[in-house]
Amino acid sequence: MSELISMRASAASKALQDGSLSSVELTQAHLDRMDATEGALGAFLARSATALETAAAIDQRRAAGESLSPLAGVPIAIKDVLCTKDMVTTAGSRILEGWTPPYDATVVSKLREAGMVALGKTNMDEFAMGSSTEHSGYHPTHNPWDPTVAPGGSGGGSAAAVAAKQAPLAVGSDTGGSIRQPASFTGTVGVKPTYGGVSRYGVIALASSLDQVGPVSRTVLDSALLHDVMGGHDPRDATSIPTPWVSMAAAAERGARADNLTGVRVGVVRELVGEGISPAVRQRFDEAVELLTQQGAEVVEVNLPHCEYAVAAYYLILPAEASSNLAKFDSVRFGLRVTPEGNPTVEDVMSATRDTGFGDEVKRRIILGTYALSAGYYDAYYGSAQKVRTLIQQDFAQAFEKVDVVISPSTPTTAFPLGAKMEDPLAMWAGDVTTIPVNLAGIPGMSLPMGLSAEDGLPVGLQLMAPAYQDARLYEVGATIERLFEERDGYLVSERVPEVK
Amino acid sequence: MAQPELMDFDQALEMFEPVVGFEVHVELSTATKMFSDAPNPAAMDEVNIAPNTCITPLCLGLPGSLPVVNKMAVEYSISLGLALGCDIAPVSRFARKNYYYPDLAKNYQISQYDEPIAFEGSVSVELDDGTLIDVPIERAHMEEDAGKLTHVGGATGRIQGAEYSLVDYNRAGVPLVEIVTKPIEGSEHRAGELGRAYVSTIRDMVRSLGISHARMERGNLRCDANVSLRPRGSAAYGTRTETKNVNSFRSIERAVRYEIQRQAHILGSGGTITQETRHWHEDTGVTSPGRPKSDADDYRYFPEPDLLPVEATSELVESLRAQLPEQPVEMRRRLRAEWGFSDVDFQAIVNAGLLGEMHETVSLGVTATAARKWWMGELSRLANDQGVEPGVIATAEDVKALQTLVDDGRLTDTLAREVLGAMVAGEGTPEEIVAARGLEVVSDDGALLAAIDEALAAQPDVLGKIREGKTQAAGAIIGAVMKAMRGQADAARVQALVIERAQTDA
Repeated sequence: MSELISMRASAASKALQDGSLSSVELTQAHLDRMDATEGALGAFLARSATALETAAAIDQRRAAGESLSPLAGVPIAIKDVLCTKDMVTTAGSRILEGWTPPYDATVVSKLREAGMVALGKTNMDEFAMGSSTEHSGYHPTHNPWDPTVAPGGSGGGSAAAVAAKQAPLAVGSDTGGSIRQPASFTGTVGVKPTYGGVSRYGVIALASSLDQVGPVSRTVLDSALLHDVMGGHDPRDATSIPTPWVSMAAAAERGARADNLTGVRVGVVRELVGEGISPAVRQRFDEAVELLTQQGAEVVEVNLPHCEYAVAAYYLILPAEASSNLAKFDSVRFGLRVTPEGNPTVEDVMSATRDTGFGDEVKRRIILGTYALSAGYYDAYYGSAQKVRTLIQQDFAQAFEKVDVVISPSTPTTAFPLGAKMEDPLAMWAGDVTTIPVNLAGIPGMSLPMGLSAEDGLPVGLQLMAPAYQDARLYEVGATIERLFEERDGYLVSERVPEVK
Repeated sequence: MAQPELMDFDQALEMFEPVVGFEVHVELSTATKMFSDAPNPAAMDEVNIAPNTCITPLCLGLPGSLPVVNKMAVEYSISLGLALGCDIAPVSRFARKNYYYPDLAKNYQISQYDEPIAFEGSVSVELDDGTLIDVPIERAHMEEDAGKLTHVGGATGRIQGAEYSLVDYNRAGVPLVEIVTKPIEGSEHRAGELGRAYVSTIRDMVRSLGISHARMERGNLRCDANVSLRPRGSAAYGTRTETKNVNSFRSIERAVRYEIQRQAHILGSGGTITQETRHWHEDTGVTSPGRPKSDADDYRYFPEPDLLPVEATSELVESLRAQLPEQPVEMRRRLRAEWGFSDVDFQAIVNAGLLGEMHETVSLGVTATAARKWWMGELSRLANDQGVEPGVIATAEDVKALQTLVDDGRLTDTLAREVLGAMVAGEGTPEEIVAARGLEVVSDDGALLAAIDEALAAQPDVLGKIREGKTQAAGAIIGAVMKAMRGQADAARVQALVIERAQTDA
C-alpha cells in the first residue's frame, strides 16, 4: 500500500505546502488505488476525467507562488447527490442515468475554488433513501472491513472510499444518518453540520427540511478542514444561516492539544443506550463513557423522552417532502423517458418513466408521503410528525441546559450483512433510531470510531451531538476524544482496515 | 358543439339572484422572477422573446435547484395588499401546491395557502353611472406563474389531438399576486358591469402603484369570473362555475352575463349546475366546459420547506403605506374634475381602459383635450385594427413627442396622423419619422408665396372675391397650395398669406 494514500488530509496539506509532495503524485496514488480496489468495492458511480489536469494546475499555481487554500491539491470524492457540471450526476437513480447538470452545487464550487481535486462521484442509495447503499440503482458497495457486509447508507460509497483509502476525504449528505451511520460502519469520521450550515444549493433534494451536506474523513481534524471549505452562508439557499464562520479546524486543533476533558459536561442519552443496542456496541460505549469519566469529563444521564417517536415522525416527514421533491422527475425536461406503445398521453409517458426509473424503496416512500399529505390525513400524519419534531427540539434544548455535548452509540449494531434487511424495510428503518433525532432537531452530530466490536471485529462508532450552531464544539471535544482513544488503543481504528481483496 | 340554450337576461334576473366573485392574477414587473434571478418577461417591453431564454435551473425544475424569495416582489405584494385595504400578515408562509402538468417544471407550484400575505380588504369600484360599490376582498397572496404550452398538430390547438407540445418556461416563475374577492351579492343586472369595473379598477391600481404593466392582452392581468345563481328568496349560494382567463374588460362583462343566462336556463328547466371551470370564447361569445372542479381537489399543500416564513415588519408596512398613491376611484374623480370632460366622454376613456395612458400623457404636459384626441381617436383606431389595446402600440412619451411637433407648428394634424401611423408601424420616434419622410410643415413663406402665386395665376378672380369680403374664396387657393405642397403646408398660414396678398395688391 502506497504511503501517500494513508496520509491524513492534514498531513498531505502540509506536505503539499512545503513542497515535499505534489498534487499530481498524491492524485495519481489515489487513482491507482481506485484502479486496484474499485472492482472489489464499487464505491464510485463516475470517475473524473480531469483529476490529474486539475492537480497539475494546482501544482503550477503553487509553484508560481500563489497563496492557496489549505486543502488545495488534496483529492476528494463527492457523493453523487451533488450536481457537478463535469461529471454525470444521478443521485444513484436510473431515472437520471447519463445526466450531466449544467451547473455546480455551491459546495462543489467551493471545493473547486479551494483547489481540491475531484476524483469522482460516489455510490449511494437511490435519492439517499436507504441505510446500506444496496438501494443504489446501479450496484451495491462493499464494506472494506468485510466485503460481505454493508458499508451503511445512503452514503456507503463516500464512507467506503475514505475507509479503503481511495480518497482521503469525501463529501456526504445526511438526512437521517446517511453520513454518520456509514462512518460508524466503516471506521471513519463523519459529520452532519447544523441545518443551514452548509449550502444545499445543487444538492438533489431528499427531504429539504432535513438534508445537510457534511464531511467524511479518517480523522476529526480532516473533517474540520473540509467543513471549513464547504460551509458558510449561501444566498442561493434560503435556509442557509447568515452567521459569521467559526473555524472548525482551529477548534479541532485546540481539542487535540487538550490534556483531558476536565470541565466538559457530557450527557449520555438514556433512550439511546437501552433496548435495541447490541451488547457488542454497548460494551464499547460503556468503555468510552468510562474513559471520558477517567479523563475528567462530568458524565451525566440526560433524557430525550420524545426520541421514542422520532423514527415514526421521520418516516412521515421525509416521505412527504420527498414525494413532492421527486415529482420533477417526469421525463419532460431531463433524464430518462419511457414512451409506452400505442398512442400515449403525457400522463402515460410520465407514469411509465417513473415506474421504470424509480426503484422499490423510492416508490415505497413516494406512496407513503403522498398519502401522508392527502386531504383528511395531513393533520393526523404530517401535522403530528411536525409536532413531534418540535418536542424533540425541546428535549435537546433542555438537555443542553445541563451538558455541553450529548453522546450515544452512532448505530445500534455494527455493519449488517449485505442482503440482511432488503426484505424487511421496517428493520432497515429502525436502525436509524440513533441518528434521526439529530436531523429532526437540526443540531450538529458527529460519528467517530470508538473501537472494534468484540463480536465481529467491525468498527463501532460514537455519536457526539452539540447544540445548533455549535459545530465547533463537536470538533473540539471530538478531537480530544479521538486522541484519548488513540492513546488508549495505540492506533486509530481507521488505520486497522484490512487490505481490500 | 351544440350551443346551449339561454334564458332571456331580464327573465333570468327575475327568477334568480346572481352571486359573483373574481380571481385576478397580477404579474408583477420586478426585474427578476419570484424565486430566482432569471430576468422577468413581465417587466419587458419586447413582445416576442425567444422561448426558454429567461430561465435558470430553478425555472426548469432541475434537480438541486432552490428557490429564494424576491424581496422586491414581497414589497410590491404588500403595497398591493395595502391598496386593497387588506391587513398585512406579520408572518406569512409559502406552501407547495402539488400537481403534475408539463408547464409546471417542478410539478408543484410555490404559492401561499392558509397564511397569505394580505387578507380581509375592500375596494371601492365605480360603475358607469357613478354608483360606488365596495367589493369585499378575501385575500391576496403571492405565487409563481407557470410556463406556456403550445400544442402542435391538432385541429383545435388544444392538448387533445395534438401530435406534440412545445414548452416555453420563460413565464415559469414570474411573480404573481392572486387577488380573491369574497362572493359579491346585490349587483343584480349589473353583475357583469361590476366585473368589468372591478378589474379595470385593479388595473388602474397596480399601474399607479407601478408594480405591474397590467397589459391584459399579454396576460399581465388575468381574470377568472365565478358565477352562481340562487332562486329569489333563497339564502344558500347556488353551485358556481369558474370561467377562466377572461382577458379583456368587455369579455368579463359578456362572460358574466352569458353565464347568468346559461345557468338560468338550466336551473329554470329543472337541471343542476356542474361545478367546473369553463373557457370563454371571445369570437363566439360563449363559454364551454373545462375540467370538473370540486372543493375537494387535493393539491397536498404543505409548507414549502425550502423557504423561511416571510416577515413583514411594521416599519416596512408603514413605510410602504406612506408611499401609496391615491385610490383609483379618488383618482378618477380628481381627473374628471381636472380634465373638464363631460361624464360621457370621461366614462368612455375609463371604459376604453385608457385612464392610465391619459393620466401619464397629461402629466407629461400635454393638454387633456389633445391627449384624449390621440388616445381615443387615431391610436384606438390603429390598435383596434391590430386587435390590441392602444397602450401596446404607443406610450405617453410618444404622444407627448407628437403633440409637441404639432404645438410647435412643425406638423399639421393631418401630417401628425401620418407620423403616428408610421410610428406604430415601427419606423421610429416622431422626430425620426419626420426627418426620414421629410414631412415637416413648410413654414418658409417664400415657398408658400411661390405656390400661392402659381395658384392665383390659374384662378385670377379669387383675389377680387376676397376684396369683396368673400374670404371663403381663399379656400380654392389653399386647396391648390396644399396639393402642390403634398399636404405639408399649414393651412392657416396659407390663408393668412392669401388674404394679405389680396389686401396688399389692392
